[in-house]
Amino acid sequence: MSAAQVTADTAAVTGSAPLWRRSLKALLASPVVWFCLVVLGTVLLCAVFGEQIAPQSANETDVSRAFTPPGPDAWMGTDDLGRDVFSRVVLSAAPTLQVSVTSVGIALVVGVTLGLLAGYYRGWVDVVVMRVVDVMFAFPVMLLAIAIVAVLGAGLTTAIIAIGVVYTPIFARVTRASVLSVREEPFIKAAKSLGARDSRIIFTHVLPNVSAPIIVQTSLSFAFAILSEAALSFLGLGVQPPDPSWGRMLFDAKSFLNQGWWLSVFPGAAIFITVLAFNLIGDALRDVLDPKTMTKERA
Amino acid sequence: MTLFLLKRLGHMAIVLIGVTLVVFALIQLVPGDPVRLAMGTRFDPDVYAALRAASGLDRPLVEQYFSYLGNALTGNLGVSFRSGDPVTLLLLARLPATLSLAIASLVVAGLISFPLGIHSALNRGKFSDVVVRVISQFGVSVPDFWMGIILILVFSTTLGWLPPSGYVAITENPWEWFRRVLLPAITVGTASGAIMTRYIRSSVLESLGSDHARTARSKGLPERIVMSRHILRNALVPVITVGGVQLAGLLGGVVVVEVVFAWPGLGRLVYDSVAARDYPVIQGAVLLIAVLFLFINLIVDIVYAKVDPRIALS
Amino acid sequence: MTTTNVSTTAAFGVDDLSVRIGSAQILNGVTWSVERGETLGIVGESGSGKSMTVLSATGLVPRPPAVVTGRALLGQPDGSQSDLLTMTAAQLRAVRGRRLGYVFQDPSTSLNPLLTVERQLTEGLEYHLKMRPAEASKRAVELLEMVGIPDPARRVKNYPHELSGGMRQRVMIAIALSCDPEVLIADEPTTALDVTIQAQIVDIVRSLQQRLGTAVIWISHDLGVVGGLADRIVVLYGGQVVEQADVETLFEQRSHPYTQGLFAARPTLGRTGNELVTISGSPPDPRELPPGCVFYDRCELRLDDRCRTERPPLVELGPEHWVRSFCATPERQEATA
Repeated sequence: MSAAQVTADTAAVTGSAPLWRRSLKALLASPVVWFCLVVLGTVLLCAVFGEQIAPQSANETDVSRAFTPPGPDAWMGTDDLGRDVFSRVVLSAAPTLQVSVTSVGIALVVGVTLGLLAGYYRGWVDVVVMRVVDVMFAFPVMLLAIAIVAVLGAGLTTAIIAIGVVYTPIFARVTRASVLSVREEPFIKAAKSLGARDSRIIFTHVLPNVSAPIIVQTSLSFAFAILSEAALSFLGLGVQPPDPSWGRMLFDAKSFLNQGWWLSVFPGAAIFITVLAFNLIGDALRDVLDPKTMTKERA
Repeated sequence: MTLFLLKRLGHMAIVLIGVTLVVFALIQLVPGDPVRLAMGTRFDPDVYAALRAASGLDRPLVEQYFSYLGNALTGNLGVSFRSGDPVTLLLLARLPATLSLAIASLVVAGLISFPLGIHSALNRGKFSDVVVRVISQFGVSVPDFWMGIILILVFSTTLGWLPPSGYVAITENPWEWFRRVLLPAITVGTASGAIMTRYIRSSVLESLGSDHARTARSKGLPERIVMSRHILRNALVPVITVGGVQLAGLLGGVVVVEVVFAWPGLGRLVYDSVAARDYPVIQGAVLLIAVLFLFINLIVDIVYAKVDPRIALS
Repeated sequence: MTTTNVSTTAAFGVDDLSVRIGSAQILNGVTWSVERGETLGIVGESGSGKSMTVLSATGLVPRPPAVVTGRALLGQPDGSQSDLLTMTAAQLRAVRGRRLGYVFQDPSTSLNPLLTVERQLTEGLEYHLKMRPAEASKRAVELLEMVGIPDPARRVKNYPHELSGGMRQRVMIAIALSCDPEVLIADEPTTALDVTIQAQIVDIVRSLQQRLGTAVIWISHDLGVVGGLADRIVVLYGGQVVEQADVETLFEQRSHPYTQGLFAARPTLGRTGNELVTISGSPPDPRELPPGCVFYDRCELRLDDRCRTERPPLVELGPEHWVRSFCATPERQEATA
């Protein structure tokens, strides 16, 4: 019986390298994941080659064409100034991705660093970091983001800072929780007893072993960041008019619900599908990477 | 229980001090002179001098903070740069609208999540479970302000069933309040309902497969009792926590939806104050919502400790 | 294939019981029975199907997905036997808890954390014996006293987390015996407990059995525990009975290579040498059982072709001593029970 246990244990340790390949294979076997990749690929394409894809520029007005319903001339119709909605939806991808990638990047780097330090060193570092995280969690994220933009002044850069700041604590908390469980592992103690430097232990032993939940959190945070960016732009605190953004297009559409349903449907659908794709990928990653759910599914 | 409460209160006091620090810091981050920025083109030297003195921005930082903290503790949150009214009064005037919307939204979230979550868990893997999981995934991903606009488009603009916006106090005319709160409450409640659905589903699934559920079955009890006394009860107790977090989250999440529906709550006040650079009002609203958030969490923890006998000990 | 039968006087038994879940053959033609007042030990490692044999026989494994065939016979007061597998859900409920009592492995998770000990004891009394709440509460205190819990009147108001592991398992035993069942099913009842507490639990069950005349089915992976308690022992491996005998015979003439391996792997006090003998390899995957002997992969005595391709039948080696192996040779040595 104990021999059987030993073989199972060694399999778990040596199996960690192919785990990534197996996870990737499992991910790509899911049609949902492919749907998400196609959606996100399209958004990325629009962000990079928006100028080439969009039939018109974002602010080409033609009042004689105002409120044209969707048709062969304008796939998604035109707005109150005769601007092409499709072009504006395509051209909004770039600022959206710019804000979400940068802000999640900030949150990821700062949050993970804080989480690693707190979880690895414990003691007063941990107390201070976690108290700050507790305080940050006392503010609803959207409200705090609005307040930060309100004091710093509206605009893309401040939106990035605001979203980055409000999503930092969640990365710190997720990372710390994983570090706490990993730091008691024998291989960490072994590395310590061999006299390895802390920085080396943190980066070569701890970080790789806590990366799974961080990756899942990153994907989910992209979804939240896009929603937050859209909400800030909706309130006029993110992308500044007349530059196009999904959120601001919705705000403008609110005044013309009687004149054109397409003004409110298409930009919102763009946000929805992009957020959905990030959420679904996050869930798929969690299913593949989290051994706890895997055993639960099997039992 | 007393010890638990004391510990919990102590922790809350520390977080509260942190919260006031953050809120206090907000106005210090304003690039330039906040009062001058707020006054903009309507600059009047006398008013400027009065506001500047009232804000206390000339004094040293530490002194400013402690006077801010002291004032906040006595309910004085300063005066509005725009109207000169006490911030506390402005906030209190808006609170009922926001609270009534948040509670209505929580009711919507509960009405969605309990039936769907329980049904989905009990029919795991079947078609209806898949449908519920798809719906809840959609609910988490849909931007609330877009959903609000679409609801107005369908139920007000097209069908004409409900007013597109506006507010009537529940104390004034409950029916008109209900007609007006319905769309915003659905808008705000959907995302929370979706999150709670997923949580309830996994909680019920865990409880279904638990050892104590097997014990209950081994006693030969009728399925009705096994389900209500041993499976659902145990599964739904932790949902209290999630419900509390959601209610607290709703308070912050209503900002955008209040703008969509012209709902005169705290969110709408924040929105207007941002446009007018009325920093004391923004600070006050953020502080008030954070304090409400902490109090709701405290109440949830106490309720949870009452329902789950294991908590009081740890 | 089955050559043993459930005796007509048995309190409980399974006859040719097979369980399949999806592509996994969890149990394959298992037969055993237990007489009134007797203790049957069911031994095997995890995954051998030992828990499944009682759970599936008493309707605690959902069907579907499980497909259960064979019979599960419960002796009736009139001397007849009725098959639990053909009963309706309501008939089964009237049996479980009332005539079959269960004690499970981990008392810290098997009791409902949100209910007092009292409620968990009284609910069965009220349902099966139609006791009134006051009467059931009084009985609950008596039951706690019966399983040796000090200060039962106070303890009955406790929640499970307020009790020690050993106390919790006593509560489980009290619940199992509350309606005075004919059969007590103990599924690894001591595995999660400290060694000293284990002995106490074994003593309690043994003395209550003598007092109440209950038939006991004691499931364990530990031959040491079962050997000191059981009258007869069934050894399960890969979902099959590989050896069955009364306890003396099994200890003195263990014949299946797997049983011999279990004995060798048993840590014994006073054994010379320090190494712990193990059976190398792991039990077969129930989704891919070998066509021949299920123990083939790990057997040290295997004869190549026959053992690999042909499933050995259960044969009677001596009186009431059954073995499923082509290479069964009684190992007559060191009777150190």
